[in-house]
Formats: sequence, structure tokens, C-alpha cells
Amino acid sequence: MNQNSSPTTELAVSAHGLVKTFGDLRAVDGVDLEVRRGEVFGVLGPNGAGKTTMLQMLATLLPMDGGRAEIFGVDVKQHPHVVRQLVGVTGQYASVDENLTARENLYLFGRLLGVDKAAARSTAEDLLGRFGLQDAGDKQISQFSGGMRRRLDLAASLIAQPPLIFLDEPTTGLDPRTRGQMWETIRDLVAQGCTVLLTTQYLDEADQLADRIAVIDRGHKVAEGTSDQLKSQVGTSTLQLRLLDPAQTGQAVDVVRRVVGDEPVLTPEAGGINVPLPDANRAADVLIGLREQELLITSATVQKPTLDEVFMALTGHGAGEDDDTDHHDSDLEAVR
Amino acid sequence: MTLLSTSGAVDETVTATTHVGAQDLPARPSARDTLNQSLAMAWRATKKMRRNPEQFFDVTIQPLLFTAMFAYIFGGAISGSVADYLPIIIPGILAQTALTACMATGIQLREDMDKGVFDRFKSLPIARIAPLAGPAIADLLRYGTAATLTILTGIAMGYRPGGGVLGVLGGWLLTVVAGWSLAWIFTWLGTVARSAQAVQGISMMIMFPLTFLSNAFVPADTLPGWLKAFVNVNPVSHVVTAVRDLLNDGQVTAQVGWALLGCVVTVAVFLPLSVRSYSRKM
Ligand SMILES: Nc1ncnc2c1ncn2[C@@H]1O[C@H](COP(=O)(O)OP(=O)(O)O)[C@@H](O)[C@H]1O
Ligand SMILES: [Mg+2]
Repeated sequence: MNQNSSPTTELAVSAHGLVKTFGDLRAVDGVDLEVRRGEVFGVLGPNGAGKTTMLQMLATLLPMDGGRAEIFGVDVKQHPHVVRQLVGVTGQYASVDENLTARENLYLFGRLLGVDKAAARSTAEDLLGRFGLQDAGDKQISQFSGGMRRRLDLAASLIAQPPLIFLDEPTTGLDPRTRGQMWETIRDLVAQGCTVLLTTQYLDEADQLADRIAVIDRGHKVAEGTSDQLKSQVGTSTLQLRLLDPAQTGQAVDVVRRVVGDEPVLTPEAGGINVPLPDANRAADVLIGLREQELLITSATVQKPTLDEVFMALTGHGAGEDDDTDHHDSDLEAVR
Repeated sequence: MTLLSTSGAVDETVTATTHVGAQDLPARPSARDTLNQSLAMAWRATKKMRRNPEQFFDVTIQPLLFTAMFAYIFGGAISGSVADYLPIIIPGILAQTALTACMATGIQLREDMDKGVFDRFKSLPIARIAPLAGPAIADLLRYGTAATLTILTGIAMGYRPGGGVLGVLGGWLLTVVAGWSLAWIFTWLGTVARSAQAVQGISMMIMFPLTFLSNAFVPADTLPGWLKAFVNVNPVSHVVTAVRDLLNDGQVTAQVGWALLGCVVTVAVFLPLSVRSYSRKM
């Protein structure tokens, strides 16, 4: 990377060897992170992985116990006040004032950021409108739903138009519809030139939103790359077949066994066969084999592995588990 | 400054972030910014007061109750009559209510700091003193209310301050200034203590000896020697004496000077301590 070529670095975030300890617990244990300008970078990890702690160190909210970090080339430890001007933080728990209305909240944050009274008022109106909160502007925050709070929180982070936005688990606890709205909002931000660093426990969220993903587990980064790269690390694709005549399933399984040398998996619905492939190109061999036996299919798709499978492969446990239950994979599968 | 998703706004954002460059941003807030941010925080605190009127209980009910109670209970015993006791007790109650009012400043700040919105305050590019100075400024309202009500209650009970209007104004002002200055001790406690309860406990431990082992309610000469020695060095005694000099005699005595000097020293020590411990913790 051209880190040292110019002072205005291409990196929005550059962190090396970040460490944070709480007593004996190494909550963040030597994480490196590089977020490029204009990208959405996803930090994916289960509950307790150290995502919030890492974000808080980068946002000057927690002192780091080791390592160093730069935001747009500005050292976080040396120049916290400058870093705070560059980053908008939306925490995991809504950080808006319960004693004020939504409108008053936005006005207050505007005033704190040095916006004059009239502009603070009009910015508040714009943001309320943009986040669908205009009817709730004069309501106390205590009457807000979870989704409304999150939106207000995000709106508050945008008042200063920071070039970099941290979103800590922006959709945790939201219902699917509100979650979708949040995703749209985040995509809008990126379209406007913002760089976004977000954390999530949801594999599909990282898959949907992030250009690049770092997977962290127990304070360590265990993998990094695009969603596709991570999926290919797991190494297999799946060929999903649907036979025209379910009665021919047995014959088809024989063909697959002969061509791939692996046991296919039968799907619950009749005539469906999932074939694990070491290499996606082997799909053609399977199809040719079926054709030679005159076994007709209605559909064939090659599917990459889901991020859930990636996570399982990288960390040895699923994404939904926490530390206490990692010895009980089978129990957990049953619960899920 | 708007965030409309028109292309114009987009261009503006992009150029702003690419051209300005992080190097040009100020390394610390200017004095003017600090003042504006503190005033914005004070605005927030007054909004909060308006929505939680119970915050005014200690500065409304307490002065009324304590003035009447102390005057009728101790008046006869200490001064022979309630009327003769009022010039002694009113300045005493003024000092006491100012102290309890500023104790509440620390407790409320601690409570407030545990709320989510403080996470945002910490993440904003604002002076670290603003979240502390805001409530301190707004609480001037509370000290003013406490002092006004105490004096009015006294007058209603027959107190005629010998210092006249100017003396009363001076005594009122000194009470408010003393309350505001001492509040920085409790603000500092608020930033170092683990919880609001802890602040409350520690504050009580400070507050009771300071008010009762002073000349606020009884003249110091009636006390045994060792207690008298403490009472005479107790800063609250100096404030009480200074307020008495102003209210009853209309005189700006050396005691007034000492009281003001005490206030300045308190602020000079505890304001920086508070800011330091607040910015460390975060
Ligand atoms: N202030 C703290 N004191 C002690 N332990 C903490 C503190 N904050 C976080 N932790 C611990 O550090 C680990 C990482 O926490 P966190 O960063 O919140 O994880 P995540 O956001 O990924 O869920 C967890 O085990 C958590 O219990
Ligand atoms: Mg978290």
C-alpha cells in the first residue's frame, strides 16, 4: 500500500497491534486493521469478540494498552481532538439524551459542534426528515421504539458530516423491516462518499453491506478479505440439483459418487441433491455424467458457501455462540 | 450544512473531505468554542430541570422548612427569642442550603455520566470541560432560588436585615458564588466515584461536619475549646460570618475577602482536577 507516499493517506483507518486488557482478559489482542477511503469495512464477530472495545479505542473513547492507530493519517493517541472531528460514532447502545426530544437532541449536538442556532435548527429538521422522524420530532426519546432510537442516533452522528463513520452493531435487536431500512440508510451514506466501519454479529449483514470483512474472535483477527475471498477460503462450493423424476434419485446418487468421489446430500424435498464440490468446475463433470445416463434435471445451481459456514470453518464454532458454550457444539446445534 | 441527498450536497461532502485534509483541523478547541459548548450544555441542563422539577425540591422545600424549623426550635434557647435568632440563623441556613444544593450537582452529574448520551459527548470534538461546566452554569439557577427563598422566608418571619437592600444583595451574591465554587468539589467527586450512591454517601460525610461543626446555627463562643478551634478554621464558618456581615451590617469585612479567596482557591484546585479525571476516565 502507498501509506508513506503522501500525508493524505488512502487509508481511513490504519491500526497495528491494537491491545486492550481488562484485568486478565485480553479483550483485543493484537489486531491490525486497514480501512480504505470510501469502502464499507465490516468487523464480524460473535458477542464478546472485542468489536466494541476495538471501535472505542479507535474513536478515542478508551485508551489503548498497546499498538497504535491512525485515522486519515492522524495519530489517535497524539491528536484525539482531531480524530474526533473526523469520526462520527454510533454506539451499540443508543447514545442520545433521554431528557430531550428528538429535535432538541439534534439541535444540541449541532450547537456543540459549533453550528449557529439557525443552522442547527434547520440541520435538525433536515435530518429528522431524512430519517423519517419528522412526526416524532417533539416526542421524548423515552417513547421511541428501538428502530427510531437507532435512526436518531445515526442522524446525530451525521450532523458534522464526518468523512468516517463507526457503526457498532447498527441493526442488533431490530426487526427485519427496520433492519432493511437501516441497510438502505447505510448504503446512502456510502453513496455520498462516507467511509464506514461497522461491526456486526450477522453474517448476512456483513455479506450485504461490507466491501471487505475482518472476522474477529476472542480479541484476534482470524481472517480478512472480501466476502467472496472468505468464502473461497473454506474451499467448497455446492452444486444444487433438482431431478425431473424423483424416482431416479438413487441412480443420480450413483453417478455423483462415481464422478466426484464424494457422498452427495439429499435435500428434504424429493428429487433434490446437494453435491459438495472441491472445485466449482467439477459441476460440469457431474452434469455430463447425468446426461450420459439420461437422467433429466429441472435445475442446477452452483452455490458458494454461506458466511455462516465460513465462520464455522475459521473459528471452529458458530457465530451465535459465546465463550461458555464453545465445548457444546452439538447441544447448540440442537437449540438452534 | 444540510445533508440532502442531492448531487450538490454529495460533491460538497466529497471535496470537503479530500481537500481540507486532516492536518488542517484544529488540535484543540478554542476558548470561544469552549464557552459556546459549555453554554450549549447549560441549555441542555435547563431543559432537563424543566422536565424533572423534583430537581428543585432541595432548593425550594428545604430552605422553607429548615428556616422555620430551626428558628422555632432553637430560637428561644439560643437567642432568647425567634426574632433575635433570625439574624444568626438566616445566614447559616443560606450557607447550608448552598452546600446541599451543590452536593446535588455532583450526584446528578454522576447519574448523568452513566447514561448513554455521555458516550456521545465523549466522542464529539468538544472541550472536555463543557459537559462539567454546563450543569455548573445551569445550577446557578438552583443556588439563586435557594438563596432567594431562604431570605424571603426569613423576612416573612420577621427578619429585618440591617444591611439594607445592598447588604442583602451582597449576601445573596456571596451565597451563590460560594455554592458555585464549592460545587466543583462535588463535581470532582462525581468524576472519581463509582456511582451516584457513592457520591451521595461521601458528600453527606463531608457536608454534615462542615455545616453542623460551624457557626451556622450557634455562635462559636458557646462551644467548648476544642470544638471552637475546629469551628473557627472551618471554611463554612468564614462564609457564614461573611454573609452575616453583609446581611446584618451591610459591611464588606475581611471575612468577605477570606470567603471569596476560599472560593477562588477551591475552584482553582477542583476545576482542573475534575476535568482531568473526567477526560482520563473516558
Ligand atoms: N469495561 C470493561 N471491563 C471489563 N471487561 C470488559 C469491559 N468491556 C468489555 N469487556 C469484556 O471484553 C470482551 C469484549 O467485549 P466487547 O468489545 O464489548 O465485545 P463485542 O462488542 O464484540 O461483543 C468481553 O468479554 C467483555 O466482557
Ligand atoms: Mg459490542
